[in-house]
Amino acid sequence: MDDPFNAYITQWSFSGAGTGPLAGRTVAVKDNISTAGCATSCGSRILAGYVPPYDAHAVALVKAAGAAINGKTNMDEFGMGTTTENSAYGPTLNPRDVSRVPGGSSGGSAAAVAGGLADLALGTDTGGSVRCPAAFCGIVGLKPTYGRVSRYGLIAYANSLETIGPMGRTVRDVSDLLRVIARPDSRDTTMQGRPYEHDPVADPKGKRIGVPAEFFGAGVDPRVAETVRKAVETLAACGAEVVSVSMPSMRYALAAYYVTCTSEASSNLARYDGVRYGPGGETAKSWHDAFTAVRSGNFGDEVRRRILLGTFALSAGYYGKYYGKAQTARANVGADFARLFADVDVLAGPTMPVVAPRLGELADPLAMYLADILTVPANLAGVPAISVPCGTVDDLPVGLQLTGRPFEDETVIDIAAAYEEAVA
Amino acid sequence: MSDVVIGLEIHCQLDTKTKLFCPCSTDYRDDGPNTHVCPVCLGLPGTMPAVNRAAIEYALKVAKAFHCAIPEECEFSRKNYFYPDLPKGYQITQYDRPLALGGYIEIESEEGGEKRVRLTRIHVEEDPGRLVHKGGGDRARYSLVDYNRSGVPLIEIVTEPDMTSPKEARRLLAQLRATLEYLGVYDSEKEGSLRVDANVSIRGHERAEVKNISSYKGVEKALTFEITRQRSLIRRGAVIERETRHFVEARGTTTSSRSKVEEHDYRYFPEPDLPPLRVAGWVDAIELPELPAARRDRFVAQYGLSANHARTLTGDLRLAAFYEEIAGNDPALAATWVADTLLGELNYRERSIGTVDPARFRALLALVKAGTITDRSGVEVLRAVLDGDEEPNTVVERLGLAATTGDDAIATAIAEAIAEFPQAVADYRAGKANAINYLAGQVMKKTRGRADPRELGRLLAEALTE
Amino acid sequence: MVDESEVRRVAGLADIRIPDDELPTFTARFNQILEYFDVLDTLESDGGAGRTLHTVLREDEPCPSLPREAVLDNAPADEDGFVRAPRVM
Repeated sequence: MDDPFNAYITQWSFSGAGTGPLAGRTVAVKDNISTAGCATSCGSRILAGYVPPYDAHAVALVKAAGAAINGKTNMDEFGMGTTTENSAYGPTLNPRDVSRVPGGSSGGSAAAVAGGLADLALGTDTGGSVRCPAAFCGIVGLKPTYGRVSRYGLIAYANSLETIGPMGRTVRDVSDLLRVIARPDSRDTTMQGRPYEHDPVADPKGKRIGVPAEFFGAGVDPRVAETVRKAVETLAACGAEVVSVSMPSMRYALAAYYVTCTSEASSNLARYDGVRYGPGGETAKSWHDAFTAVRSGNFGDEVRRRILLGTFALSAGYYGKYYGKAQTARANVGADFARLFADVDVLAGPTMPVVAPRLGELADPLAMYLADILTVPANLAGVPAISVPCGTVDDLPVGLQLTGRPFEDETVIDIAAAYEEAVA
Repeated sequence: MSDVVIGLEIHCQLDTKTKLFCPCSTDYRDDGPNTHVCPVCLGLPGTMPAVNRAAIEYALKVAKAFHCAIPEECEFSRKNYFYPDLPKGYQITQYDRPLALGGYIEIESEEGGEKRVRLTRIHVEEDPGRLVHKGGGDRARYSLVDYNRSGVPLIEIVTEPDMTSPKEARRLLAQLRATLEYLGVYDSEKEGSLRVDANVSIRGHERAEVKNISSYKGVEKALTFEITRQRSLIRRGAVIERETRHFVEARGTTTSSRSKVEEHDYRYFPEPDLPPLRVAGWVDAIELPELPAARRDRFVAQYGLSANHARTLTGDLRLAAFYEEIAGNDPALAATWVADTLLGELNYRERSIGTVDPARFRALLALVKAGTITDRSGVEVLRAVLDGDEEPNTVVERLGLAATTGDDAIATAIAEAIAEFPQAVADYRAGKANAINYLAGQVMKKTRGRADPRELGRLLAEALTE
Repeated sequence: MVDESEVRRVAGLADIRIPDDELPTFTARFNQILEYFDVLDTLESDGGAGRTLHTVLREDEPCPSLPREAVLDNAPADEDGFVRAPRVM
């Protein structure tokens, strides 16, 4: 298969059974989701040569649904990035404009779908990693409710935040894939036993849509804001009721997110020691020297930075100031959502504050972090959020983000479907 | 009052069928390395822990048996440190929300009375894998890792520094082992199922932490050595440094790990893959079996045993069961034979009670009780039964140990004794009644203990008055 | 604000090497991010994490383990069924 966007790290041809709900469709799988017998690298040199002996639950379900899997997609190393430039296997290009990034970290999955290389894709979303590339590439991407899709086999970056999410060209595609992967799995004990059995109903009548002022605040490109406001008006025209709301906890959300994800990552990435898998086998050195060499030589800059940030945030004397406070902020975000969802069915806003940047444009780490400001709240609270294309700015796609109540993925899908139908 | 201060941190493997976080079997001891591992306990990327219900139930039983406070919720945390036997780069354990707090274990104190050793906490955690160091000389060239043990459930029991002698520490462990075995949550016969770290100090001085103690006898040895070491340092006016020391079982000594206590920064935080564990209500539903103290009281009441015999016989679950199986219609005789004789013979042979056939032991007791053999012959028969594969009856016949009264052998022996020890005969006849015991001893020796002692006394007296 | 020696200390804790020539830039960016995190310190809190879910338990029923070849296949070095690792002593 020709891959002009560098969307894939490993091409694979797993042929589906020919029957089942996904028969005849091709699925691309992000390279941090384990596939038995097929290399799984997380976009990192530290997993070079690693071939999982087991399938992630979501992969087993996709296989059983009759789909063909055509490869493992490129990503920011371990999911740490917003552009898919932080990959040991080179950047992925945005099919809508190859001088631009596809977004990240599931940039390969988004590019595969947007570029017509796969019908559907599995991405993963820790702080926006499904929704951001969906928005930048002009496709649909869903971050399901935490606990709705098994994480077993998803290589952990930040366990408490992340989930596997479906990506496709239409809301119906995303719904079809979610129906396959949102199935119980006793190996993930954070699952809540809530399978998804829904078919999208494109009717927003009577639904209340909250528009938080903070989703249109500083840092949001006014043209992006304008495009999204129009999309919300479209939904109002279809019978939805739109109300202005406020979400003060947004002030702390991004910091809470980065403290939490780097803390968890600093622990999650300690297993890559070159003993059981990955490059290693060096036994001339003593343990700590060998361990340090394997980590320093095989993790990229951003990964090393986040490991250090997380190590610092958890270390004696700093835990309370960083990790502890981040959990408080996180609880506040959850409380804000709960308060708002007592009144509205979904919240609407832009998925990303900007359109896809040029390659190399988001080189400064903090600038890159700030781009996640609108997507991280859903991860902090575990609620479902979808990004659906809602127009363009400078010919580049803009995403409308709809966030819903926990385990009401059905509602965000319905409203996204309604918007999609209204502008079709 | 002793000036020794001892606190223990005890790790016991819980005897569940599967590991703490994955369904791999824990029955790995007879199999080769890395044959009982799966993606979870190997720490493969993408795997997640799923808590074994039995491990929590077992830990709750222990907490209840030791009168701990059990919070409604506990939580697993990650302890971050890097070592090749730790496949995830962290250990899943419990930190600020352990399964149980407080409680106590009752032991016999140094002075003989009952004593409560307070517990700080009990928590559940996973065992790491096992390392083998390869290469000769001072330093290993490399290590080999077997992950079969990785993920086996452990409970860590932390005591307050309430013990004042190595003997008390040993008693605490014995009481702990007995209770855990009565609860059916632990098997002390499984190699490596117990590991103890001991904090020991002389009052007013710094303490040392002695690690790597892995047996009951080891604890007493390690502590005795360590106390002697600290005392001699103090006597010479040296300062005791706070440090970690390793017990070298083969030499019975402790050696410094050559580093001052490193200030480890384990960066604990709640395990994100395991939400808090709610045990409220569960604890109340747990029914405890009869525990050692209750069984001891019952042995005194039901069998009329001395407190000492009762304590000994109930100190081990298998021993207590064995005793009840053979107690029969003479529980006092059975208690004496098990506690005073059988245990010594087993100790000498480094064997456990499980290797003794109760039917044979019962047959032996029947022979003694019926007077068919003497006590002394009984011991000889017991030894033969333990060392060979024979019924007591067969041993008695083969060695000709049947107690003999009035037969030729005894008459001959009596005649010989009287002829050989005229002084004793004279003493007896002069009114020293005790002298007859000396002569009886000589007859016993000549008949290899087969003479019934009471019968012999009568026969000797007869012969002497003739 | 942390200085370069503090970054070194944290790198030591994490067993990550930061080459000397990268240290100034690394430290500057580190501080930039920490400064952004400072907003959290304005929150009043006792650190109540408030995790709402409860863990679901697994029954104590054994399942087959991996065949040993599958365990060792990914290991860079093995010997007699063991996985080989650097010396720890």
